[in-house]
Amino acid sequence: MATPTLDKPAGAEAGADHLVTVTFRIRRFNPEVSDQASWQDFELAIDPKERVLDGLHKIKWEIDGTLTFRRSCAHGVCGSDAMRINGRNRLACKTLIKDIAVLKDGRGTKPITVEPIQGMTVLKDLVVDMEPFFQAYRDVLPFLITEGNEPSRERLQSPADRARFDDTTKCILCAACTSSCPIYWSDGQYFGPAAIVNAHRFIFDSRDEAAERRLEILNDRDGVWRCRTTFNCTDACPRGIEVTKAIQEVKRALVTRRV
Amino acid sequence: MAIDTTRAAGSEFSPDNPAPLIEPPRTRTPHSPRATRTNFELYGWLFMRLSGIVLVILVLGHLLIQLVLDGGVSKISFAFVAGRWASPFWQVWDLAMLWLAMLHGGNGLRTIINDYAQNDDTRFWLKALLYTATVFTVLLGTLVIFTFDPNIR
Ligand code: SF4
Ligand code: FES
Repeated sequence: MATPTLDKPAGAEAGADHLVTVTFRIRRFNPEVSDQASWQDFELAIDPKERVLDGLHKIKWEIDGTLTFRRSCAHGVCGSDAMRINGRNRLACKTLIKDIAVLKDGRGTKPITVEPIQGMTVLKDLVVDMEPFFQAYRDVLPFLITEGNEPSRERLQSPADRARFDDTTKCILCAACTSSCPIYWSDGQYFGPAAIVNAHRFIFDSRDEAAERRLEILNDRDGVWRCRTTFNCTDACPRGIEVTKAIQEVKRALVTRRV
Repeated sequence: MAIDTTRAAGSEFSPDNPAPLIEPPRTRTPHSPRATRTNFELYGWLFMRLSGIVLVILVLGHLLIQLVLDGGVSKISFAFVAGRWASPFWQVWDLAMLWLAMLHGGNGLRTIINDYAQNDDTRFWLKALLYTATVFTVLLGTLVIFTFDPNIR
């Protein structure tokens, strides 16, 4: 391989009877080599309590340094490593091997498939172009908008008012929801669940004064009305946000014109 | 939007010969749809829910009367239909069913065309066909219900 990998320290595998052998089947794509993506298998000895991200690290650091993927925090906070693992969108850093591999006699019976998230242009291997996703995010004005003079003290809010949008504050913008949405796959023009979740976070914030503007944006052709209540987004969200419910709340606010 | 990825054998992609680039969705181009600022999609969505509920009653009732009650399907004849349409109640029932079912189905197909027609021309012609068929069926059905003459021979 062209890219250097770490030399294996001698005796690293000693006393490794807790390790299991699993196959990672990874969707590889390198536009400088071929215009077609293809599957590549890697066999690893790995602790089943490790995560898929650790498996990817092992491959990148010890087997094939050209494997390309995004990750930053490695602890489910930054949202950079959403990928399609065994056909479902998850964060590689929150998915344990033992939870997704069927193990028998210390071997995985089936390969673990790892693909880039769907509906966005693949740049290389597991890295996709997130720009359309963030464009939709920016389009819903995801920041506090107020009018009049700045208060000289903090903007107070009752616990009940805070609770209304508590769920949607948890979003880490990983795109697992948007890239699991069949409506988003179809033409990529739909705002997508993540943008609506982040609009919801401000629409229902009692301190914010631009709910009308955001509702107007989401009332358009590619806004909330394209949602078909498939629930893929709720299933995909690694933060456990009730995404479909948030979208429904925005729809209700539009129908009743009341926030 | 299909993009041509065929190339001559042996012409590897390189910085000088880059792989084809796909325009990412939602980039602002001169073709990007403008914001419309209307409630059309809202009313469309509401209409689907409400007409769906009404249609459940209308259609199930219709099927029950036509196919199950009172001798089932074998009783249906010209006289049976003529007898029912003598009553304004059944005229309104059938008219409502016709309009709601056609608009409900038409709007559903419009959504599907919007989702799956990739090409602007395909989209336009599919929709043109859909709207023509919808309008034609609705008008013809309405005409028949109102001008029905039980005495034609
Ligand atoms: S709503 Fe959940 S799945 Fe969607 S971007 Fe936010 S954290 Fe990720
Ligand atoms: S690496 Fe940050 S969320 Fe997984």
